[in-house]
Amino acid sequence: MEQKQFDQLNETLYFKTLQNGLKVFILEKKEFNKTYATFTTNYGSVDNHFTPLGKNEPVKVPDGIAHFLEHKMFEKEDGDVFQQFNQQGASANAFTSFKRTAYLFSTTNEVKKNLTTLIDFVQDPYFTEKTVEKEKGIIGQEIRMYDDNPDWRAYFGLISNMYHHHPVKIDIAGTVESIAKITKDDLYECYETFYHPSNMILFVVGPVDAKEMMELIETNQASKDYKDQPPIERFFDEEPSAPRTKKEIVPMPVQTPKCYIGFKEKQPERKGEALLKHELSVNLLLEMMFGKSTENYEKLYNEGLIDQTFAFDYTEEFGFGFSMIGGDTKDPDRLSETLMKMVQDFISKPLSKEDLERTRKKKIGSFLRALNSPEFIANQFTRYEFNEMNLFDVIPTFEQITESDLLDVMKNHFDEKQATVCQVRKKEA
Amino acid sequence: MAYVQHRMTEIPGMRIHSVETKKYKTNTIVLQLKNLIKEDSVTKRALLPYVMQSGTKKYPSSKQLRGALDDLYGATLNVDLSKKGNYQIISFRMDIANEKFLSDQSKLLDQGIALLADVLLRPVTENGAFKEDIVSKEKRSLKQQIESIYDDKMRYANKRLIEEMFKGDPYHLNVYGNENKVDQITPQDLYAYYQEVLANDEFDFYVVGDISHDEIVNKAKQFFVFNEKRAAGQSIEKNEAVEVTKVNEVIEEQDVQQGKLHMGLRTYTTYADPDYLALQVCNGIFGGFSHSKLFINVREKHSLAYYAASRFESHKGSIFVMSGIETANYEKTVSIIKEQLEDMRNGNITDDEMAKTKAMIKNQILETVDDAAGLVEVLYHQIISGYERSIEEWINGIDRVTKDEVVEVAKKIKLDTIYFLKGRGNENGTKTV
Repeated sequence: MEQKQFDQLNETLYFKTLQNGLKVFILEKKEFNKTYATFTTNYGSVDNHFTPLGKNEPVKVPDGIAHFLEHKMFEKEDGDVFQQFNQQGASANAFTSFKRTAYLFSTTNEVKKNLTTLIDFVQDPYFTEKTVEKEKGIIGQEIRMYDDNPDWRAYFGLISNMYHHHPVKIDIAGTVESIAKITKDDLYECYETFYHPSNMILFVVGPVDAKEMMELIETNQASKDYKDQPPIERFFDEEPSAPRTKKEIVPMPVQTPKCYIGFKEKQPERKGEALLKHELSVNLLLEMMFGKSTENYEKLYNEGLIDQTFAFDYTEEFGFGFSMIGGDTKDPDRLSETLMKMVQDFISKPLSKEDLERTRKKKIGSFLRALNSPEFIANQFTRYEFNEMNLFDVIPTFEQITESDLLDVMKNHFDEKQATVCQVRKKEA
Repeated sequence: MAYVQHRMTEIPGMRIHSVETKKYKTNTIVLQLKNLIKEDSVTKRALLPYVMQSGTKKYPSSKQLRGALDDLYGATLNVDLSKKGNYQIISFRMDIANEKFLSDQSKLLDQGIALLADVLLRPVTENGAFKEDIVSKEKRSLKQQIESIYDDKMRYANKRLIEEMFKGDPYHLNVYGNENKVDQITPQDLYAYYQEVLANDEFDFYVVGDISHDEIVNKAKQFFVFNEKRAAGQSIEKNEAVEVTKVNEVIEEQDVQQGKLHMGLRTYTTYADPDYLALQVCNGIFGGFSHSKLFINVREKHSLAYYAASRFESHKGSIFVMSGIETANYEKTVSIIKEQLEDMRNGNITDDEMAKTKAMIKNQILETVDDAAGLVEVLYHQIISGYERSIEEWINGIDRVTKDEVVEVAKKIKLDTIYFLKGRGNENGTKTV
């Protein structure tokens, strides 16, 4: 077991790659009551075109299958795993994103038992025709719930404006029609391909003894008969760099319209340090443009174009990347025009050194705040690791970003040609 | 060692609470303002904190104030409104980096406390009132915030349930106030109301982090100096026991994909009551967790919903049930939910359900106090109810609850109101399963 010290943060991270390829990370947080653990596979909603384990021909699977599989992992021959976690005083959950499926629990007692339950249930699939059919009703209602949610519709509307082919544009849960096609055999095929330990990360954070935890995990894994698996072949159609469309309106029964603008990243193929630096740079620039202490924010708020819901974010993972800016507004057209103009104004002017230093401080402070949360650490660390970055490099990277780094990013990312607008507007009766 | 090192000192006009811990990389400051929720003040009270955080004498605009926060390594300042029992609580929350983790070692916490004291005591004014332009901006923003509840159907259905269930009780009021009352508020009215708040509200000031209680008390004394004589602590508002004669069923229709079923029940038990912990267990078995009767029966057995849960409002003594379903399954779902409660009244509670629920509640409370904001919420229950229950008493008390006690509290529970927001047209009338 190796360990790495992060002196300034007063944290020590323990890690090891096991015989079967599973990567294990443990962070001791002695002051906390709670232990939080995530078991995550590098497999999400975008991985819908791949060569199944042991086959030669690629397959395309129904939309929403990674999420469906996540739901079905909890059901076993002798009942559902939630019951076992609850018996052991742990609350369990799972989530599926574009690139990952994570299973997790948090608990304040019986950590070893709960950790064993987590590992064992994720490594022991049990699907039948009957249980698969039953789940279609439940997930159908989950999809309907999101259909009625204007924020979710605006978010996916914006992404779907950007992408011609990339499956990031497909709703993570799929549609009622697409999930109707899913069979138990499909689920096993996806499971066998993507849930091999060498494609997964286990992260434990809490008042634990790292050595003891690592031994437990190693013994557990050594007792299971995993064969080495070749690298997974995933396929993505060639994606043009320009957005698919410049503007889309989603009609919904809302009282307050929503408006987001976004910029599609031209070459989202970074990994490691380059990705970390790029992602933090775009987020820093967004904060300099639209943070609450900026002139732009003041102007937008004074003119009544935005309210408390106004937000911005940049996210990139191998294959896709986009920024988004917006929120609730009474005048979606004026807001999108104003935001576009503000971005173009910002990138055409030199950076203010004073603003840069203030914003850098602000971002470092927010990162420290995020580290109060064991959930944030485990989930983000895993995301970073799959993208070959280290979460604990965030502060030094923020400190190293230079003006000229930012100028490059400004010209590149916030190119007008990459922009698109999505508005949710009141449906006419 | 106790789970939480909570200490409290009264200084003139305010209670100072501290929790010393090295858990976090930041220090958390919360200022709570407590007063009754009332028809004639609810909207002004909702507007007030947003105006207060928009400028102080030292930093007279929101931009300048936010700039000052950014300079403190991105300290956050948030305003929050909540309804706890019959009170409308205003919260100011600040979160500020612990300089120990920074290469720059300036005294961030002191500056943060000074800034918050300015927000409370030295807001920017003109002609003896709040600034006209700030008030009008915040009025617009508040109106939009109230309107947006309609767009989030879960929140909307919950709001409608409470309006129906608590007609004639101030609890029916929305914590963000009344949309139609926003326009008429003038900067002078609001400033007069602010003076009332300074004179009559109860103030509780919490600091959680790597701090010392005595130092915090000294700082607070230095920065929070109240001019006038502030009213002594208010008496605790008792809930009136309302009898239910008939279940009130309200069905409304909108253009939605999923119907929202919300049900309100009266328990006749609140935080300070001896059977409070039995009620916690009762609600847990009913709908609090993924092993609960609602989840198992509505979701797992009948595939009717993605979520089916209940939550307990500790100070009003109400249980609220919520589930998202196909419109066509309304009656079936309601009858399954009623059966679950009936089952509990008849003593159909297994040892397994008791054990799981107790384990989960104990876990929940210990997890909540791991989060600084959650910890303050837990401690603030004492102020709202006037009853002190330590974390240890919670844990041990939950362990001692018996099945008979759970059945007894279940017997007291009365279904009061069913609210259903249903979808329109045929597309929602067909079942997917």
